Amino acid sequence: MSQSYDRGLVEDFGRWTEFSAGMWAWIFHKFTGWVLVGYLFTHIAVLSTAMQGSDAYNSTIQGLEGLLLVRFLEVGLLAVAVFHILNGIRLLFVDLGLGLESQDRTFYASLVVTGVIVVASIPTFLMGKLA
Amino acid sequence: MSERYSSFEPKGTRWLLQRLTAAFLVIVLAFHFMQLHFVNHAADVTFAGTSARMSQPGYFAAMVGFGLTATFHGVNGVYNGLVNQGLDGTGKRVVKYGLIVAGLLLSAQILRLAFVMAGGSIS
Repeated sequence: MSQSYDRGLVEDFGRWTEFSAGMWAWIFHKFTGWVLVGYLFTHIAVLSTAMQGSDAYNSTIQGLEGLLLVRFLEVGLLAVAVFHILNGIRLLFVDLGLGLESQDRTFYASLVVTGVIVVASIPTFLMGKLA
Repeated sequence: MSERYSSFEPKGTRWLLQRLTAAFLVIVLAFHFMQLHFVNHAADVTFAGTSARMSQPGYFAAMVGFGLTATFHGVNGVYNGLVNQGLDGTGKRVVKYGLIVAGLLLSAQILRLAFVMAGGSIS
């Protein structure tokens, strides 16, 4: 028999101390989604320098990649993207009714795997010529 | 029975498209990161390299598909998130059509850019 559970308004962030793992997963998925869609518009704007010619494209990319700050922002972008991908896979399984009973553990696993992939990727992101 | 909290209509078209694009994006976003940060370092990206990759029909189709599905998934996700926060009435209509216009403009730019990257010219 199903039980009813009054969890209040989902948008009431003042209750954050009462949030369960599933609620944090929902918040992190929304937050990473906002970051990714914002980045998509920015990314296309930067790549659009290609329409001004190859020199403009090359100097823009090499100028940005020469900044240490940009390398760290890329690591942040990777963290956001990997979590969104892993939690997205988790959501697809939940939508299919698979793994509902272990949805807390799969959220924690998404966080741990994201952390491992991001930490392991830091050397690669910092390699290459800096300004 | 427990209440529904999703702002999607049950089994609606947007619900299905959001999940279908998600399944595609999981693969192509991971590929994009691998290709342009690990196989080729982002600092070594040049127009010549980009153009060589975009001249391959499979890569071109994958990247155009990536851009267009990411646009839909992102814009639809933003709309859904705002509706979930209680957006309603006139504001909801304004945001809806604003996001549609933004999505269409971004899609057009993605197509123009892909064409230029593949060696075409737009005057």
